[in-house]
Amino acid sequence: MKKIYSQIQQIAGNVITVRAEGVRYGELALVSSRHGRSLAEVIRLNGDEVSLQVYFGGRGISTGDEVQFLGHPMQVSFSENLMGRIFNGSGEPRDNGPALEEEMIEIGGPSVNPSKRILPSKMIRTGIPMIDVFNTLVESQKLPIFSVSGEPYNQVLSRIAMQAEVDLIILGGMGLKYDDFLYFRDQLQAGGAMDRTIFFVHTASDPIVECIMVPDMALAVAERFALQGKRVLVLLTDMTNFADSLKEIAITMEQVPSNRGYPGDLYSQLASRYEKAVDFQGAGSITTLGVTTMPGDDVTHPVPDNTGYITEGQYYLRNGRIEPFGSLSRLKQMVNKDTREDHRALMDGMIRLYANSKESVEKRSMGFRMSEWDNKLLKYGEIFEERMMDLSVNRPLEEALDVGWEILAECFEPDETGLRSQLLSKFWPANNDVGNIAGQETA
Amino acid sequence: MAETKGNVLGVNGNMVTVTVDGEVALNEVGYIHISDDTRLKSEVIRVQGNQAEMQVFEQTRGIGVGDTVSFTREMLAVRVGPGLLGQVYDGLQNPLPQLAERCGFFLDRGVYLDALDHNAKWEFNPSVEEGARVEAGDTLGTVQEGIFDHRIMVPFSVPGTMTVSTIKGVGSYTIDDTVAELQDEHGKNHACTMTFEWPVKRPISLFEERMKPDEPMITKVRLLDTFFPVARGGTYCIPGPFGAGKTVLQQITSRHAEVDIVIIAACGERAGEVVETLQEFPELTDPRTGRTLMERTVIICNTSSMPVAAREASVYTAVTIAEYYRQMGLNVLLLADSTSRWAQAMREMSGRLEEIPGEEAFPAYLESVIASFYERAGVVRLRDGSIGSVTIGGTVSPAGGNFEEPVTQATLKVVGAFHGLSRERSDARKYPSIHPLESWSKYPGAIDTGLVEYCRDILRSGNEVDQMMKVVGEEGTSLEDYITYQKSEFLDSVYLQQNSFDPVDGAVTVERQRHVFRIVFDILSAELDLPNKDDARVYFNQLRQRFLDYNGAEWDTEEFRSTEEDVVKLLGQKRTSTDPRAEELRRQADAGVGA
Ligand SMILES: Nc1ncnc2c1ncn2[C@@H]1O[C@H](COP(=O)(O)OP(=O)(O)OP(=O)(O)O)[C@@H](O)[C@H]1O
Ligand SMILES: [Mg+2]
Repeated sequence: MKKIYSQIQQIAGNVITVRAEGVRYGELALVSSRHGRSLAEVIRLNGDEVSLQVYFGGRGISTGDEVQFLGHPMQVSFSENLMGRIFNGSGEPRDNGPALEEEMIEIGGPSVNPSKRILPSKMIRTGIPMIDVFNTLVESQKLPIFSVSGEPYNQVLSRIAMQAEVDLIILGGMGLKYDDFLYFRDQLQAGGAMDRTIFFVHTASDPIVECIMVPDMALAVAERFALQGKRVLVLLTDMTNFADSLKEIAITMEQVPSNRGYPGDLYSQLASRYEKAVDFQGAGSITTLGVTTMPGDDVTHPVPDNTGYITEGQYYLRNGRIEPFGSLSRLKQMVNKDTREDHRALMDGMIRLYANSKESVEKRSMGFRMSEWDNKLLKYGEIFEERMMDLSVNRPLEEALDVGWEILAECFEPDETGLRSQLLSKFWPANNDVGNIAGQETA
Repeated sequence: MAETKGNVLGVNGNMVTVTVDGEVALNEVGYIHISDDTRLKSEVIRVQGNQAEMQVFEQTRGIGVGDTVSFTREMLAVRVGPGLLGQVYDGLQNPLPQLAERCGFFLDRGVYLDALDHNAKWEFNPSVEEGARVEAGDTLGTVQEGIFDHRIMVPFSVPGTMTVSTIKGVGSYTIDDTVAELQDEHGKNHACTMTFEWPVKRPISLFEERMKPDEPMITKVRLLDTFFPVARGGTYCIPGPFGAGKTVLQQITSRHAEVDIVIIAACGERAGEVVETLQEFPELTDPRTGRTLMERTVIICNTSSMPVAAREASVYTAVTIAEYYRQMGLNVLLLADSTSRWAQAMREMSGRLEEIPGEEAFPAYLESVIASFYERAGVVRLRDGSIGSVTIGGTVSPAGGNFEEPVTQATLKVVGAFHGLSRERSDARKYPSIHPLESWSKYPGAIDTGLVEYCRDILRSGNEVDQMMKVVGEEGTSLEDYITYQKSEFLDSVYLQQNSFDPVDGAVTVERQRHVFRIVFDILSAELDLPNKDDARVYFNQLRQRFLDYNGAEWDTEEFRSTEEDVVKLLGQKRTSTDPRAEELRRQADAGVGA
């Protein structure tokens, strides 16, 4: 099986073709050239013509280089020794630690039988009111942050990672800037979370084939830990780089593009990664938080668009804040009924009022007359942005709900909030005169 | 004829090229043997000389050049017979719960289980006698499947007319027991069991006549039943951007639709959504039968991370099962979420076959394939005179939420109703977010057309006023226009919008819709004594609040009557007269002219 071939027929982009026999689809090979060695994966078989995708890229490979087939598909080591370690997209250490070769597992395995899944039921607390109160994150959810470059999405990710009560954090970095990688590392180190974190990092200067390996590596390891009962949080940043790598590879393979150059299977490719998020009955779970930067801030761009069709909601991060409109956690209703009795009503009520305040802002900008009601709304909008939306705010859900009531009391009379009388009499802050709200009509 | 064998020549994604040593047929099923105990199900999708191109219904990792391929001579087929109801299958009709028992958490490759239980016993009641002349699709007897008389029929592929030579008496049998023998004109006997297979891509058309779908299929969603009705045996589509509410709309339809059987095809979407159905349906009772919803449901589930080729097959598996039950004179509803994923599966395969791509790289035959899929819907009169129907509703997930794309456009050409979801409405949490002005239906509804059109006009004019107000402000709008605007907003918030998760408002019977609609109509057609805009706004706010309470009251209760009285009283306080055109429409409706 370990026969070595040294007749490379063709080199095009990252793909080389050799004549070989007994090779299986998806099998791994080692390509040795003057510039070093690289893994390569069989991506097409045609008679004895074998096409391989070279992880390090085709650059510098010559027709006389050696190709050795390894007899197995891409694998990654899985053990406790991974904790605190940093690897590249080929699974090699990038932290000067030893290479790991024990208990190799295949990546990109089969999907979970839908009939073995269970309904998600546990909230993940982040301390960010725009998440905890308004779009609660749920264990086993798959959810991306939609943003544009320049926004602090990686800060948000690392903050959630630090605060979430999970057993294990796996960071998959794709096209990550080296500085951002250092940022993550430092944050996790400072927070004492490093020894329960595993990094698979592809940086902007690494070969693109390694970029598309990152989610599979991260998720294969996550899946094993989850099966052992661990609650795993997987962070994938930035999935747009992943999609762009797929695009680049598809184009060099001369595949017919479907939409703005992206391959027709972009949806399936993204889905097979995101769908790994799961809550295993009787074992652990995988929660996936991604970052999807939107080229041109355009949500209809194929990458955010396909992502939105796959994930269970999205957080819009814009101007350093998580936007209440457009952001959606599709699983929030699974958990926010059991948090506190005022949670749902307060969430709906505050957002409705914030939407109204936005209308007043618009009216004002068009030069229409501001009524007293408009002025109340304008005041509310400002306070809401400052005490709820600002990312520096960090408080547990219950406290955030209390702050919500305070804001309402500062700006409105109870019956202007549209909230039910029964909740008002229970939660309206005591130092504000509630009057005799019981029995009053709420418009 | 010797059995055809083949060997793998090439692999490209989930397409495998095979050299064959004998006959192969298009759409024939074959197995690729990657080891002694693992074989991967595949389908022939192109034949050229002694080479066949096959799409593999599994991950192709590990296939090697030279691997042997065996052929079955059969086309991809579903197994039909009693016991389909309540099942959860993948796109190839593998029962997923049984698969989980065998393989655990993951969908292991190459494990294929029987779709129907071979040990279950069914109480058979013959309905023909020896000597009877029968042909394909005729009923030999029935068994009780849940609440249905499941007809045991002459297998659909049996040619010509045959004579029943033996028939079993009343008794309990498994699906594999012979219940009848049929003799053909050459005196040859054919044994009939309670089960057979039928190729998924061949429509079942053993009926006397296809009829016009003109009877409404009640969904209990007001906006649909009143404004954009679906007919039994008709077709409709729900395109919409992500998160607009396509799946929720289908989920509530799958619960409340007034049909006998619902087939849910979860095609390339999230697994988590199927889990919701799986866990809830066995707990929910169907008000029409008192049994659980699961007993009238079949779920075909090929979610987004499951193999793509099986996703393509899944909608055909679903529609074939639907047609099978239609042959029993039942009304079947097929819900496919999402047809775009099915179209994308075709696109992936077409790309691998290097076919000349059409728009957005979809294959040139996209339109005709979509058309022939929806053509399998229909209301039919069977040979015994009974009527059955298959209604198809498919969601479409257009790229970028833009309906000007190939799948939406191809679908719109063939369906009878279009329920377009709007991002604007879903952002404003106005559910169901079906656009009330852009959607359409060609089917007759359950409520008088004249009255409905009158209300639709108000929606249109109200929308125009709204647009204008955005430019000139409230100040620059006339009182009359402003009231029209308030009326359209009122109609929107109390009738078009419906809280799917409310125990009462979530599902509204057609009886209640008719009743409530008349009150809405009275309000919309009233001339009201409102001297200025502030009064108008306050009045409509009150009216809305009362009406929402009314919507929340259970039908035919004291609360229902008293909240209705509140609404009517409030209307009476301001009504000066009624629009004469509306009076006339009402008279016609009462005389039964427009219905
Ligand atoms: N009728 C409704 N009533 C209340 N909430 C709804 C309704 N429809 C949708 N929603 C809300 O919108 C969310 C998204 O709806 P849904 O999953 O049906 O969208 P979709 O159109 O199927 O999206 P995708 O194309 O991504 O699958 C739901 O999780 C729910 O919170
Ligand atoms: Mg959906």
